[in-house]
Amino acid sequence: MSAPTQGWHETAATAVLILDDGTRLEGIGLGATGSAAGEVCFNTAMTGYQEILTDPSYAGQIITFTFPHIGNVGANAEDIETVNMAASSGVLGCVLKADITNPSNYRAAQKLSDWLKSRNIIGIAGIDTRALTARIREHGMPNGVIAHSPDGKFDDKALTAQLGAFPGLEGLDLAEQVTTAQTYHWSETGWNWDKGYGEASDTHFHIVAMDFGAKRNILRNLAGQNAKLTVVPAAAKAEDILALNPDGIFLSNGPGDPAATGEYAVPEIKKLVDSGLPVFGICLGHQLLGLALGARTKKMHQGHHGANHPVKDLTTGKVEITSMNHGFAVDTDTLPKGVTETHKSLFDGSNAGLSVDGKSVFSVQYHPEASPGPHDAHYLFTRFINLVRAQKGLPLEPEFKKAG
Amino acid sequence: MPKRTDIQSIMIIGAGPIVIGQACEFDYSGTQACKALKEEGYRIILVNSNPATIMTDPDLADATYMEPITPEIVAKIIEKERPDALLPTMGGQTALNCALSLRKMGVLEQFGVKMIGADAEAIDKAEDRELFRAAMHKIGLETPKSMLAHDIPEALAALDAIGLPAIIRPSFTLGGTGGGIAYNREEYLDIIEGGLDASPTTEVLVEESVLGWKEFEMEVVRDRADNCIIVCSIENIDPMGVHTGDSITVAPALTLTDKEYQMMRDASIAVLREIGVETGGSNVQFAVNPADGRLVVIEMNPRVSRSSALASKATGFPIAKVAARLAVGYTLDELENDITGGATPASFEPTIDYVVTKIPRFAFEKFPGADNRLTTAMKSVGEAMAIGRTFPESLQKALRSLETGLTGLNEIGIPGLGEGEGDDRNAIRAALGTPTPNRLLHVAEAMRWGMDLDEIHQACKIDPWFLEQMKSIVDMEDRVREHGLPETAGQMRMLKSMGFSDSRLGALSGKTAGDVRRARTALGVRPVYKRIDTSAAEFASPTAYMYSTYEAPFAGAPADEASPSDRKKVVILGGGPNRIGQGIEFDYCCCHAAFALSDAGYETIMVNCNPETVSTDYDTSDRLYFEPLTEEDVIEILETEKQNGTLHGVIVQFGGQTPLGLASAVEKAGVPILGTLPSSIDLAEDRDQFQKLLHKLDLRQPRNGIAHSLEQARLVAEDLGFPLVIRPSYVLGGRAMAIVSSKEEFETYIQSTLTELVPPEIRARYPNDKTGQINSVIAKNPLLFDGYLTGATEIDVDCLCDGKGVFVCGIMEHIEEAGVHSGDSACSLPPRNLDAATIAELKRQTAEMALALNVGGLMNVQYAIQNGDIFVLEVNPRASRTVPFVAKVIGTPIAKIASRIMAGEKLADFNLTESEIKHIGIKEAVFPFARFPGVDTVLGPEMKSTGEVIGLDFDYAIAFAKSQLGGGTKVPKEGTVFISVRDADKTDTIIDAIRRLSDAGFKVIATGGTQRYLQENGIAATKINKVLEGRPHIVDAVKNGDVQLVINTTDGRKALSDSRDIRRSALLSKVPYYTTIPGAVAAVDGIIAYREGSVQVRALQEYFAA
Repeated sequence: MSAPTQGWHETAATAVLILDDGTRLEGIGLGATGSAAGEVCFNTAMTGYQEILTDPSYAGQIITFTFPHIGNVGANAEDIETVNMAASSGVLGCVLKADITNPSNYRAAQKLSDWLKSRNIIGIAGIDTRALTARIREHGMPNGVIAHSPDGKFDDKALTAQLGAFPGLEGLDLAEQVTTAQTYHWSETGWNWDKGYGEASDTHFHIVAMDFGAKRNILRNLAGQNAKLTVVPAAAKAEDILALNPDGIFLSNGPGDPAATGEYAVPEIKKLVDSGLPVFGICLGHQLLGLALGARTKKMHQGHHGANHPVKDLTTGKVEITSMNHGFAVDTDTLPKGVTETHKSLFDGSNAGLSVDGKSVFSVQYHPEASPGPHDAHYLFTRFINLVRAQKGLPLEPEFKKAG
Repeated sequence: MPKRTDIQSIMIIGAGPIVIGQACEFDYSGTQACKALKEEGYRIILVNSNPATIMTDPDLADATYMEPITPEIVAKIIEKERPDALLPTMGGQTALNCALSLRKMGVLEQFGVKMIGADAEAIDKAEDRELFRAAMHKIGLETPKSMLAHDIPEALAALDAIGLPAIIRPSFTLGGTGGGIAYNREEYLDIIEGGLDASPTTEVLVEESVLGWKEFEMEVVRDRADNCIIVCSIENIDPMGVHTGDSITVAPALTLTDKEYQMMRDASIAVLREIGVETGGSNVQFAVNPADGRLVVIEMNPRVSRSSALASKATGFPIAKVAARLAVGYTLDELENDITGGATPASFEPTIDYVVTKIPRFAFEKFPGADNRLTTAMKSVGEAMAIGRTFPESLQKALRSLETGLTGLNEIGIPGLGEGEGDDRNAIRAALGTPTPNRLLHVAEAMRWGMDLDEIHQACKIDPWFLEQMKSIVDMEDRVREHGLPETAGQMRMLKSMGFSDSRLGALSGKTAGDVRRARTALGVRPVYKRIDTSAAEFASPTAYMYSTYEAPFAGAPADEASPSDRKKVVILGGGPNRIGQGIEFDYCCCHAAFALSDAGYETIMVNCNPETVSTDYDTSDRLYFEPLTEEDVIEILETEKQNGTLHGVIVQFGGQTPLGLASAVEKAGVPILGTLPSSIDLAEDRDQFQKLLHKLDLRQPRNGIAHSLEQARLVAEDLGFPLVIRPSYVLGGRAMAIVSSKEEFETYIQSTLTELVPPEIRARYPNDKTGQINSVIAKNPLLFDGYLTGATEIDVDCLCDGKGVFVCGIMEHIEEAGVHSGDSACSLPPRNLDAATIAELKRQTAEMALALNVGGLMNVQYAIQNGDIFVLEVNPRASRTVPFVAKVIGTPIAKIASRIMAGEKLADFNLTESEIKHIGIKEAVFPFARFPGVDTVLGPEMKSTGEVIGLDFDYAIAFAKSQLGGGTKVPKEGTVFISVRDADKTDTIIDAIRRLSDAGFKVIATGGTQRYLQENGIAATKINKVLEGRPHIVDAVKNGDVQLVINTTDGRKALSDSRDIRRSALLSKVPYYTTIPGAVAAVDGIIAYREGSVQVRALQEYFAA
């Protein structure tokens, strides 16, 4: 027999998760130490935890991973979705079933728990994440406070106070926390095996992207359409954007309540829509466009967070499997005349896309850039640039490229 | 798109008999397809020659043809039935190949039959290696370098281009038959030769080795609107080099980043589109280089497969049912995801929040001389699947689900270990580098020995992630060994959540499983049950498809989703992984119990761990626990089910030996056993008690004895005299059963056969005490001795009994003489050669025993009749292997009736009458010998068949011919017959048979003695050399295709081994061969009838039409 083993004494929990209904869950602390309060949601994707953990749309949230083994392939520098590395990604914490293992993948550079620490994300493992998910399904997304303390000592009173101080995501403008501070250009394109990421070349179009918390892969997909990309802060004015002389406008994803962010963004988006330029929005960008067009948004019960969501393209009848991550949605019943629902979720019938009749303006609720998730909806980037091409009188590209 | 209205009738082709590579997963898929399409209002015409299937139950299709699945026969069915469409994707390779032949023959065109699901071009493109490779390159996907070869010169050219090691894959063969990996030139040429032989198109692909790469499978479903979904990803723990059917696999893939996973997803969908699989399920296999992530496509199956059955069970997404509906025109978004009760559509990708592990089960112990190294040709006979919240839990549950005596990662000896430091390291490395059924245990053993994970990985190439997880189990074992069991609930729960069974913890801590259980329950540590819902709890699931896990408390107690109902319920224990002797027949019975008791108003609860079966379909029973069939796991389920409603009882007599072994534990837990009491079952197994009973009833049995130790065994054998049939008790399928005719043979039996039964841990603990090892087996399974009745006819009888009345369902006459295991014998129902008085006497004896044993349900008796005397060989007061065959032939659902009797109804209520049937059913066994090079094909008392076929007709000889055709034998209409029989068989019987062949124009060749004997009796025969007499000899003739039928009986060990080459070459050349005189005579009858008459096809329903 090998070296003497540890005995059976119970070790103290080194992390806790306290929900707003008083539920207190104990587990093993991981990553950063300290505490954070936020909204507790779940994500059902089985791959791509690193992309999820760096998606700025999760700002203010604690993510429960339903898949029990997270961290198997470690962390690397390539799979990060946050653009602005200076800002924190926005994810506050993560809740896991199994403890994090050593990584096993040729691209792995770091063990996930070390990486979490470096990203200032608090983790808790050893939780029945399925029971937590079922609780969210039954009662909605709770607010919670997550804390990691290696000595196993927790001041529950202080934690509860911290939780009480968290206002909840409704009415919260989080985009301002994760958007870029200044305008910049983006030229990196999509990932290919053995080549990594590419560089845009031969750019024919100029797209201005409003950054509400954009994921890198959205920018890569846009750049991959032979586009020169200028990324502007969330609070950019329409006049300044139009002064850049763009061929199209992109409204990015992002965290928080669209109504809150919309207070300053919607008037600008209205002007951009009126400019007659092609406009494409994703996720928060979709919700903001909806608001700008006169529709309303609402908070969802449990939200959509996963990589297996079926969406029907009502214009073609095709079903695509998509990556989703949103806790607010555009209320279909409030879509004004002249705005058509183009996509809907086959899970619950909620709105997943819209377009403005007679205009080159459309948006989707889900994430065609994937990362993580299926690539089924990549065609939307071509659809967008085709609107630009049409305005310029250029021949259109097929939305689906034949392989080979 | 709604369903097609241009077709009204659909033909579905099944997979035929269970063989290695094609097991009951195709009953599962075919049954789902039949049900789904019948519900849609189509007329279903089903062809399947396997009587043990649920799909051939007469109410599942409108016309059920239990006829051989050969293109000629199926063409006749098409001509008769004129189906509008043919669905060829539900019956494995058999159905696909048959459909392709029908198209080539012009049958489909002639009768205007449309192929649905996959068309011929798509099948060709997927199955033809060259077309497939070209298709992959066209869409920018890589495949391993490869070249086709049709003969030896081409193969040598391929060798130069590709180098060694090389993988050889014959085209159009099942489960990789005839393929392999060659490391040197000699081996290469050997495998090439075998592969060219095995391929129906004499074609092999020689492929670049990607040995050691990671292997993955993607299960894809596509509809005709081009919507594609991935149902499940599967990762093989065994890296490339082991057939995926023989690999330990997990779902979902655990070592891929999203980028790699999506690359594979995109590639899978591109493959389906390019191959042109318009609708339905397919699987695509990939290899990934762990060093740099390079992805190559290995192959795809344009049909549902073993993997899709696994994926369906692993996720709760019913691939076959959905695929069948897609084939008639629906799109995925038009179909419901059943498991969520229709809350969500089928157009999504299941996501799971647990880990599934599948481990294959092998039967090498049945085939002495077979090479147990695993290669690209599949060799396993079954599989167990287990579900756990984490990989360690899932793995350890899977190991104990196998029922091979493992309770976890049990200790095992490594050959050559213990010879000093340097040698030890090499011995371990060698064991790790050789894929065998025990490799995973060797890995654990290497960890115990102290080899570091990196070195282990280098030797076996198993991904380090899995190795680290296994190491955590091994480390925890050390902790239990050192500190005993934990005394707090938290630590106990932590241990149990790693999948440790009570038995394993007991062994590690020096306690019994019962001690551990008591300590555990005292701490309040019990499993909870979680549901399989396709959505990781995102949607509530009304479907009670569950697995156990040990969870951390959630806001109080651990969260349990079992919610047992308040109904009156019955638990049915299934049969676990398929093995030789315990297969689909038992699953058929379990399913029937669920159907019948549901009809009778009970809530039915199934427990099983075999992913290939219909019983583990979540809609077969009301509640399904996908759990190992061990005492611990079953009792915990019963405890949970007892919490609400009334647990009426447990059915243990349908799943074979597995549930019977659990009967006393169930009784001890205070839950009634339904039907025949375990004490009666034990009585029938107990030599002394049973002998007393027969004595009381005045029934005869062959002289017999029993021994509880090696010393006693020698005495008993001497006392009874030879020849003797010997078997250990409580072992199903005649495992380790043998006929020994001398003292020397008896000693050999002890040294080899019995020694193989010694559990690995006993062998490891007492390596030098051979006698002690054998005594440990005999103590647990006393040795039974029966006098062997030379030349006797064997009879199988199945009956129903409720303790008051008896109904004899079927009397089956074996065609081979007594001594061949009943599972391996062909038999006829009704019997052919028994007179009315004998039949009446068999019925009387059967009834007497059933009543005396107070049977509730089914009972099977085996008799031998020697010179008019009836001997009772064996009584099994439980469902037997012949139950489905009998039910199909007599047209009465006897397993269903038995279930209702068990639940308390009276036999008399079913108004069963013995109606004279005018047709004859012949059951023939099917063997896996072709999978095991070098193994003799001669039959004996140990069961070796994997499956069975039926031949059904109004004419005995035609029924026999059909049974042979159905089993894959080419029944010759002309050509040359080779005959070589032992002296005892040189009788008028054989002369008469050969004369009829000769008269029919067959040329006769024979070995010296037999040739003279034939000449003396006026039959012209040409002499041919035995192998030892020099070339050209009989084996050359067989290999050259000059022989169409072999009749060869032998005597004694020497002659047996002399004639072995003849049997093997006949097997490999697919020449029918018969090793018994009765078998040969039946074959001759069949050949003559098949030659003369045209074979008629009839649906099962026609035989019973008033």
